[in-house]
Amino acid sequence: MSKQYAYYPGCSAMGSSIEYDISTRALCKSLGVELVDIPDWNCCGSTPAHASDHLLSASLVARNLAIAESMDVEGIITPCPSCLKNLKTTSLRMQRKDFHEKVESIVERPVRADLPIRSVLQTVVEHCSPQSIAEHVSKPLKSLKVVPYYGCIMNRPPDVMTFDDPENPTSLDRLMGALGAEVLPFPHKVDCCGASLGLVRRELVTRLSGRILDAAASLGADAIVTACPMCQLNLDLRQNQINRANGTQHSMPIFYYTQLAGLALGQSESCLRMDKLCVSPAKALQQVGAPAQEERAR
Amino acid sequence: MNIGVFVCHCGSNIAGTVDTEKVAEAARSFPDVAFSTDTMYACSEPGQAGIIDAIKEYGLDGIVVASCTPRMHEATFRKTLERAGLNKYLFEMANIREHVSWIGKDKEANTNKATELVKMAVAKLRNNTELHAGEFEINKRVMVIGGGVAGIQAALDCADGGLEVILVERESSIGGKMAKLDKTFPTVDCSSCILGPRMVDVAQHPNITLYAMSEVESVNGFVGNFDVSIRKKATYVDWEACTGCGQCMEKCPSKKAEDHFNEGVGTTTAINIPFPQAIPKKAVINANACIMLSKGKCGACAKLCPTQAIRFEQQDEVVQEQVGAIIAATGYDLFDHTLYGEYGGGRYPDVITSIQYERLLSASGPTGGHIKRPSDGKEPRNVVFIQCVGSRDPSVNRPYCSGFCCMYTAKQAILTKDHIPDSQSHVFYMDIRSPGKLYDEFTRRAMEEYGARYIRGRVSTIQPRNGHYVVKGADTIMGTQVEVEADLVVLAVGAEASKGAGELAEKLRISYDGYGFFMEGHPKLKPVETNTAGVYLAGSCQGPKDIPSSVAQGSAAASKVQSLFSKDKLASDPQVSSVAMQRCVGCAKCESTCPFGAIEMTEFRGMPKASVVETVCQGCGVCAVTCPQGAIQLQHFTDNQILAEVNALCPY
Amino acid sequence: MPTSSTTDRFDSNFLKEVQEGSEQNLTRCYQCGNCTAGCPLSFAYDIPVNRIMRMLQAGEKHAVLSSKAIWLCASCETCTTRCPNEIDVARIMDVLRHMARREGLVAEPPVRHMWDAFLNSVEKYGRVFEAGMMANFVRRTGRFWTDADLAPVALGKGKLGLRPHGIKHPDEVQRIFARFREQL
Repeated sequence: MSKQYAYYPGCSAMGSSIEYDISTRALCKSLGVELVDIPDWNCCGSTPAHASDHLLSASLVARNLAIAESMDVEGIITPCPSCLKNLKTTSLRMQRKDFHEKVESIVERPVRADLPIRSVLQTVVEHCSPQSIAEHVSKPLKSLKVVPYYGCIMNRPPDVMTFDDPENPTSLDRLMGALGAEVLPFPHKVDCCGASLGLVRRELVTRLSGRILDAAASLGADAIVTACPMCQLNLDLRQNQINRANGTQHSMPIFYYTQLAGLALGQSESCLRMDKLCVSPAKALQQVGAPAQEERAR
Repeated sequence: MNIGVFVCHCGSNIAGTVDTEKVAEAARSFPDVAFSTDTMYACSEPGQAGIIDAIKEYGLDGIVVASCTPRMHEATFRKTLERAGLNKYLFEMANIREHVSWIGKDKEANTNKATELVKMAVAKLRNNTELHAGEFEINKRVMVIGGGVAGIQAALDCADGGLEVILVERESSIGGKMAKLDKTFPTVDCSSCILGPRMVDVAQHPNITLYAMSEVESVNGFVGNFDVSIRKKATYVDWEACTGCGQCMEKCPSKKAEDHFNEGVGTTTAINIPFPQAIPKKAVINANACIMLSKGKCGACAKLCPTQAIRFEQQDEVVQEQVGAIIAATGYDLFDHTLYGEYGGGRYPDVITSIQYERLLSASGPTGGHIKRPSDGKEPRNVVFIQCVGSRDPSVNRPYCSGFCCMYTAKQAILTKDHIPDSQSHVFYMDIRSPGKLYDEFTRRAMEEYGARYIRGRVSTIQPRNGHYVVKGADTIMGTQVEVEADLVVLAVGAEASKGAGELAEKLRISYDGYGFFMEGHPKLKPVETNTAGVYLAGSCQGPKDIPSSVAQGSAAASKVQSLFSKDKLASDPQVSSVAMQRCVGCAKCESTCPFGAIEMTEFRGMPKASVVETVCQGCGVCAVTCPQGAIQLQHFTDNQILAEVNALCPY
Repeated sequence: MPTSSTTDRFDSNFLKEVQEGSEQNLTRCYQCGNCTAGCPLSFAYDIPVNRIMRMLQAGEKHAVLSSKAIWLCASCETCTTRCPNEIDVARIMDVLRHMARREGLVAEPPVRHMWDAFLNSVEKYGRVFEAGMMANFVRRTGRFWTDADLAPVALGKGKLGLRPHGIKHPDEVQRIFARFREQL
């Protein structure tokens, strides 16, 4: 049975992470998670807002909450961890009456702030068990070695995000495993890639992101799979910058988990906009469908 | 009645915010008050002499002292009355310190409240009657629960003093945590070498009966006369016949059983004697791992046992014992470090606990005393110790300091250098807590002589990298982040209450704190007593403790039992319920509500009547408020006495 | 280093403001250093985060608000997640940035310019217009070379739209900004 969710794509879906948005919609459709866009949604303000003022940040979020509350939906879902953290934090802080009143006076709309808010990832893994997803797989990701990279705020702070383990989340591992991929244990799952400082302090970002690429490569991963548009953009678009700064030669494709899931469930590479990835995924994608490693070794 | 009232200043404790002179003056107008005065320290020698003089001079036959809580000095003043020849129950105490002066600053309001409390005490006293204690016999046997070092010490001290001791141990051998340790701080002497002989003493002592693999099922009765049920768990081996030869272990085909004694470092056989010095040295079958017990075939041990001791059909057995006193010495458990996801949450094989490290260091341990990494058996070069894992951490509900981890970590750093001379230890610590004799000197030695590098800061995360671990911490004194590459990481896990501590406390009717540690009678003055007469504490069940403190408490608890047993009879408390036969209708509601089973139904001229077993009654008063006829009255707290207090306070 | 006078420099109002703004009790910090130990950007900080916490306890307003560290914090929540005393350190860092702005003590102006450029874009269109924001940031800082190497790639992949994806009612968002400024 399908359930309707108010969908909050986030600004990057309009540009830098358009393939995440497209593949998210495709995955949700095939799993029976029905998305209804929040009409005329606005930017949540992201880090620039909460780092400038908590009331401004909450007010930008609250307009979206108010619109979603007028829809007949189970809750709000978003693919972007940064949007998610802002939505959830605001909803939580608005439980305090004085803050609630202040926000409402700025938004000039009644806001209940009582809808459940989840990531698309959480919704997918809670909606479909890994077993039931495995049953839908038509093209298993066999012999593709991936490291799951959740980013720093998909599960943290745990009191706000209330999803998966804050130190060793496993939802993405389980999902990728169900799709047939070989999931390598990745100690840097929740490390920060520094994306938010990309424009201003590139040398910090190349250092932090470089470590993540180095670790993935040293484990022998064919690809990194992520659920965060900022992590993806940072590791993918900046990979050349990172290589130059650190003297490395990584050519590590950075997939959205929705792209790999779509692939395993039978959608085409072009549908999933694999062409949007900066580091070519061609070699990694050749692995998919290639004979499993044991067989290759023989 | 001629009542005397004494209003205590308690120095400035009371007089600072209560006009004691005015209270004493007001009391003079209360009915039956023949004498009233204020006094500097009523409990002091001259204070008590003043009370005795007044009793004699004014012919007083009832006394009210308005001072502190009765928990502090009721017993003191009752003795004063007895010295003056009065019955000690013709005494009342008004608490004008904890209930008045310490909680309010308004002197006028305080003075009024103190006056009212005195008025109530006088009203009750006018209804008091003389009460006389009975006597009952004491059973001079003692049960010690827990056979760790504290319980062993308590059992041996009691037994050496001529008492019969029942020692109950949950595991198959006594020895507790100390038996698992390699060496002890700050002397670095061999733990089993100093504990072993004491364990043998327990086994050989004619006054000690040891129940291993046993747990206390229920406790009934009262000080001097406890009835205890003890569950002897099935061992599937007849211990009368078993000689502890160990042949069964050599041939047991099930070798993947969890090795509790070695803290999960390696595995063991389904039939097992946990360690060579075990007391009793008897085999036990782990039913989960035994092929015969789980699948119904095998029986290798039964075939080759030279004394035919194997009993696959054995069941638990419950035995009864009668004792006069109980010492709880149930010890502690170690914090479950898997709650720290950032330290791997148990996923990293070479991130181990400090007690697991003890087993690696121990010559009788699974590696024969060679430090080997669990993952690949290699000898580590760089060992990192992380302190305060599950101590001083409110986020895991362990805000307290476990007290001994700083010391055992210093010891382990020293032993690491002894075992592997070219090794390097790093210790992450928050503060070094070493207040025992020669303790701080010991931690200094770890640094100065053994070269352990101490880093002041917590560790944020451990990440595996290329067969090693990168330990990311802070050096807060330098003000930097630090990374240390480690071959082995040892987590200094803290202490927590022993599993099942709460249930045992409820069986013993003693209190325990929010973490499950048993509550002592008084934090300073009654460290090994509890608030239940005849039940004593020793060792870490009361709070984390090192070996010297545990041993000291074991001896202290034993001496308390000796002094209890120095009398042949104990005085019973007359503040118990009694039934007015003519009013009792025999409804038995009191019988069903009594939490102590102190009420029996009897027959009087063919009619059912309730009757109180005075030695069992604890004076809680539940029966008195349950009785629809008002036929049961709690002596010293009768309806008349309590209503008199209410009337004094609310006359209209 | 100058001697810190606990009487002269201790600013209790500052401490109170930080505690109220962040809803955190700073006295809970016992200087274990876990926040610094896990901070991914500590290497770039002028003051490590545990020392920021200590300076807050000491009421060292000026030194804290003029630090670079508070601007380089990436809000990754590692400190908050691992603090044994359950202090929301990241939220405190947020509050310190808010206060530094008000006091005119921004030690890393480019970070502030980037955020302002981002928020300007949100105010104008209701959503972030990435190319517009970049241009705005370059104009504010004069850093013409900012990620110039990435622009062709991003453009080629269609990831950097040259037109804003505005919302239907940007005026609603503009009014949120306006009312927010009024109540400052």
